Amino acid sequence: MSVGVIDPRDRGGPAQPLLSVTDLVKHFPIRKGFGEKKGRAVRAVDGVSFEALKGETLGIVGESGCGKSTTARLLMGLTERDSGDILFDGESVGGRALPWRSFRRQTQMVFQDSYASLNPRMTIEASISFGPRVNGIGAREAAERSRGLLARVGLEPKRFGGRYPHELSGGQRQRVNIARALALEPRLIVLDEAVSALDKSVEAQVLNLLLDLKQEFGLTYLFISHDLNVVRFICDRVMVMYLGRVAEIGPADTVLSRPSHPYTEALLASMPSLDPDRRTQEALLAGDPPNPIDPPPGCRFHPRCRIAEAVCAETEPPLDPVAPAHRAACLARQPNSGHSLSVARAA
Amino acid sequence: MAAPITAAAVTALAEGTPLPSVSPEAYVPSRGYWRHVGHKLSRDPVALAAAAVILLVVGVALFSPWITPMDPYKGSMLRRLRPIGDSTYWLGSDELGRDMLSRLMVGGRLSLFMGVTPVLIAFVVGSSLGILAGYAGGWINTILMRTIDVFFAFPSVLLAIALSGALGAGIFNAIVSLTCVFVPQIARVAESVTTQIRARDYVDAAKLSGASAFTIVRVQVLGNVLGPIFVYATSLISVSMILASGLSFLGLGVRPPEPEWGLMLNTLRTAIYVNPMVAALPGFAIFIVSISFNLFSDGLRSAMEIRQ
Repeated sequence: MSVGVIDPRDRGGPAQPLLSVTDLVKHFPIRKGFGEKKGRAVRAVDGVSFEALKGETLGIVGESGCGKSTTARLLMGLTERDSGDILFDGESVGGRALPWRSFRRQTQMVFQDSYASLNPRMTIEASISFGPRVNGIGAREAAERSRGLLARVGLEPKRFGGRYPHELSGGQRQRVNIARALALEPRLIVLDEAVSALDKSVEAQVLNLLLDLKQEFGLTYLFISHDLNVVRFICDRVMVMYLGRVAEIGPADTVLSRPSHPYTEALLASMPSLDPDRRTQEALLAGDPPNPIDPPPGCRFHPRCRIAEAVCAETEPPLDPVAPAHRAACLARQPNSGHSLSVARAA
Repeated sequence: MAAPITAAAVTALAEGTPLPSVSPEAYVPSRGYWRHVGHKLSRDPVALAAAAVILLVVGVALFSPWITPMDPYKGSMLRRLRPIGDSTYWLGSDELGRDMLSRLMVGGRLSLFMGVTPVLIAFVVGSSLGILAGYAGGWINTILMRTIDVFFAFPSVLLAIALSGALGAGIFNAIVSLTCVFVPQIARVAESVTTQIRARDYVDAAKLSGASAFTIVRVQVLGNVLGPIFVYATSLISVSMILASGLSFLGLGVRPPEPEWGLMLNTLRTAIYVNPMVAALPGFAIFIVSISFNLFSDGLRSAMEIRQ
């Protein structure tokens, strides 16, 4: 968003983060075994805090099962959170000032599976106009808006409007899903692996479309992905998640070039490089992440970490600043934490 | 061209025009899907033939009072149990000397009525219960579905006979008991289909648009679940006809001298050694109609399959 232009929908001023999340927690209980007194739980999201600034694209990355998608579903209210606060433009979501219904109108989501996210028995035009219709817009106006958006995402309304989802390609369907998300004039769009299922060439087109739309409509994106190349291309800031917690959050360039958390380092090292001289020889990250039912004590990453020490198994690292606007949850980066690398820095 | 409209709409969006707050009105989903199903059905010769037989039987039954060759109630002590191909009685005569053809034509009315009505009522009741249980989930689902499971403890024939016996003989009671047999079966299918659909991303997307649960069920869920439930219900019509005939055979449904295929089968069974072909005619009629309903529902199912 250009500086100086104030969005009329903006309540808290341009400096107020569009989304602030504090201590978001979701544990999925698992059925109690025979003779077990206390039920155990999968700790899918375990105390996640972050902010998304107005007009930025915040990437959320991590391995499968790290809680990226659960975080998204908690934000959208599709899954009920156990605890934690979500502030949208300064107002508490679900509170009196901002009930879920009006929050959802301003926040939309694009899902990974472009086919499953469209009703197979509705024309794409009807799918896009459904949202406006249930929000009280007349049939003709909703259809007009739907055609306008189809044109905007690069699908000719006359040719595509009356088609059914199965008659479109994956890329075209994802464009439809983006158009549907835009139909309610949202301010925040959560893109949950929205381009991950597309061919590389189509993916690039959709990413460029997303960048254009962001400019045009003054959007803020929450971009969930496991593809670091894509994240580097589209995101302003990146949040790295590991086992339901934030490992590192900061500007995309810094995090993806000079990571402060050994987990981010390992993720970057596992990316295949096109440059033969820079091919990784040994895997920095081996094995699967530990079971989120019984996360390791202390730092959750310590069993797989290459610089782990005894202290890492005892102390849980706080998410502390390592540089301006850059925070990491690693004892080695924090002064006086007891980690040998940390002592060297503090001295 | 839609160009000027689109440009205006996009500009409106870009400027962040707030949504006008008018109360939501009825939403009409597109009808293109059913046209496609009709088109597919029209290319399925088996389903078409089955539909033709059903239409023929329904038509004959409906207009039977005006087109029967003889009086279906008027018997003759002299001309009982005439064979098929008789010069007066084309399909023979029954044990009281009544014209079989006329009685089969009139009997189709009650047989079809008792085949279709319980399924129709059960379709409405069972779908509502099943969709409610499936969409609501949680404890509502548990209470509804476990209650329905109780009915599955009894074989459907036994359940129909027991209910009919408890309620007493008569057409109305037979329909009530048959409905009770089919409601749990349809509800279970409805519940399982709805549970599947509820987990789809497009239902989540509809939730995110702020639609109420009722609107989501009506617009997004109903169209995707009614098809499979309807197909299942069509296949139950033949079961219902056979069960109704069974009840009449046992004296729990239709009372003589009213012609009904099941009852005719019962009264003619003593004649099975004298004139087996005539005695088998009502059974043959039941067989033809129920197999037609089954073939038609098969055709409907393949026509309604969603193309990936």
